Amino acid sequence: MSNISLSAIFAETAEPCLATPEMNRATIFFLIVTVVGLSCGVLAFIFGHHTIYNNTREMPWGMLISTYAFWAITSTGLCMYAAMSHVFGGTRMGMISNRMVWMSIICIMGAFATIGVEIASPHRMLLYNIISPNPLSNIWWMGTLYGLAVGCMIIEFAGIVTGLGKLALVMGVFGALAEVLANSCLGGVFATLPARPYWYGAQLPIYFLTSAFLSGAAAAVLFNYLAYRIRNEKMSTTVHLAVKSAGKAMTLVLILYSVATFWRLVSFYVGGPELGRTAADALITGPLALNFWVLEVGIGLIIPIVLIILSRLENMSMLAFAGFLILVGQFVARYDLVVAGQNVPQNLGWDNLPTHFSYVPSFFEFGVIAGSIGVVAFGFLMGERVFGKTFTQKEHH
Amino acid sequence: MNIEDLEKEKNEGIGSLPLQERREFLKMGLALTGVFLGGSILSMTSISHASNQKNADMDIPSEGQYPYPKHYGMIMRQNRCVGCELCVEACKQSNHVPNDHGAWRTAIQEKITRENSTEKREFRPVLCNQCNRPPCVRVCPTKATYKDPETGIVVMDYKKCIGCKTCMAACPYNARYFNEEKYAIDKCNFCIDTRLAEGKKETACAAACPARVRIFGDLKDKSTEIYRLLHTPDSKIWVLRPDTGALPNVFYMNA
Ligand code: SF4
Ligand code: SF4
Repeated sequence: MSNISLSAIFAETAEPCLATPEMNRATIFFLIVTVVGLSCGVLAFIFGHHTIYNNTREMPWGMLISTYAFWAITSTGLCMYAAMSHVFGGTRMGMISNRMVWMSIICIMGAFATIGVEIASPHRMLLYNIISPNPLSNIWWMGTLYGLAVGCMIIEFAGIVTGLGKLALVMGVFGALAEVLANSCLGGVFATLPARPYWYGAQLPIYFLTSAFLSGAAAAVLFNYLAYRIRNEKMSTTVHLAVKSAGKAMTLVLILYSVATFWRLVSFYVGGPELGRTAADALITGPLALNFWVLEVGIGLIIPIVLIILSRLENMSMLAFAGFLILVGQFVARYDLVVAGQNVPQNLGWDNLPTHFSYVPSFFEFGVIAGSIGVVAFGFLMGERVFGKTFTQKEHH
Repeated sequence: MNIEDLEKEKNEGIGSLPLQERREFLKMGLALTGVFLGGSILSMTSISHASNQKNADMDIPSEGQYPYPKHYGMIMRQNRCVGCELCVEACKQSNHVPNDHGAWRTAIQEKITRENSTEKREFRPVLCNQCNRPPCVRVCPTKATYKDPETGIVVMDYKKCIGCKTCMAACPYNARYFNEEKYAIDKCNFCIDTRLAEGKKETACAAACPARVRIFGDLKDKSTEIYRLLHTPDSKIWVLRPDTGALPNVFYMNA
């Protein structure tokens, strides 16, 4: 009985026009990327995390943490835009909000996949997070809230698919609240460490939320563009308008984010602890300068602005490319933030230490990153294939 | 007598004050500063205030500020350290610290400075500061690291450690490392399990130090050497990275 109704649901939601050999090939390709990539992380449990990742005592966190943050932040952004248009209605983005909910779930899966192989003993977490919680710990709250958020969003999505609009709406609101709080706790993980002046301070959680609005809008633009690209269809006017609104949000937040980045960096040069300034030096003139100026600023901020202006928010492929570049910039920005917070020796001046420790992610770390991209790409394609109709229908209330 | 007249008087210093009397003031949490004249004290200030002035960057806990039945700490007489690293070796032996490059519970840092072609070498022993406001404990999601309620020592419950390494990022003193054998984070615990539990009075490092750099003991117990050193008037005492607000229990002095 339930089988029948399930297949009836999928018959309603699936997008048969996507059952093409190319789509199959692409889906299988990303599935392989996922499996191979994440296997690199699974090796950590066999050979030891300390052996296959290039983290050290001095720099305990690396690219896996920054990538986790990147996906988690993007998920928060997508979820917030979706919830706002679901709750308040009236925004043009409502038209694409179902897809945003799905992609928010998928992005958080990418985040979980990354952190799952980063943490040394995740099995202990399952038990002791519950029986020995520390309510003062940001990590505890972050994990708990992201877990809660994903639960809410899955129910929300089930509600959308099955037409239970009320349930979807309520769960959407709870999911978005949990996502915002989780994002804030993620910012707080870094912001509440006085040992790391480059992270410490009240600005960082807001910075993370700003990043969420930026990455979320960029992802919304990009994934919607891709959704029509793989269908070889032109966007309907309403979808076009919805993506355009996402593009507007993206532009606005791009400016906010640039301003926040500017002042954040300036603040290290007007005083404050030497460690913070030396960390900022890593980005401005030091080992992360190429990352910062070329990838974060050039590719992640300036070129997208130019593209947005040129596109006049009408040329969708240009806008989508801008969104893609913003995501690249955000990915690198998370990396630089995580690395710069730790690469200045805490006992600089002793032991003949270099001003900045060097950190190059290992092959396996790159593997896991590829795996997480695989998760998101695979999830996107599967979503379009299985729920494509739901995404293109009008919103659920 | 007004202030101006007072200022003209010769300062007899606190040297002429009988030892017993000085002790009494210290016991009351009061340090003597300023002038002492004709047998009457003209200026007194609380120890914490005094140490705030003298050792502008720190607070030595004073009476009533010890939340633990025993409150262990260490003072490093830094200029005595010759960098022999016998302490490091003793620690590795006693506490089974793995032989991995990044694994250590205590270390000796070295600084070489040159002044007019003469080379000056300084050594600085470091270890976990068993902070009173330990960032590592605050951030741990599963309470795998916590303050021992008896001693104030920051200890590990290895089975609860998920290996998120937040404590490593949070520690201002680089005191924590990943222990491959335990597959958990590890750190100095003042030999609480390996020596103190057996009734030994000193940590392995303190016992091994030939130059008596490391003085370990209960900060609350007035009969200990560490108490005496910490409360020696006019000595300059400092802690590392006081700006982080971790309130360390490892102190430094030159003596
Ligand atoms: S020194 Fe580091 S490890 Fe030790 S108590 Fe303080 S924060 Fe924790
Ligand atoms: S690594 Fe272990 S001890 Fe450190 S914060 Fe995480 S769970 Fe706690």
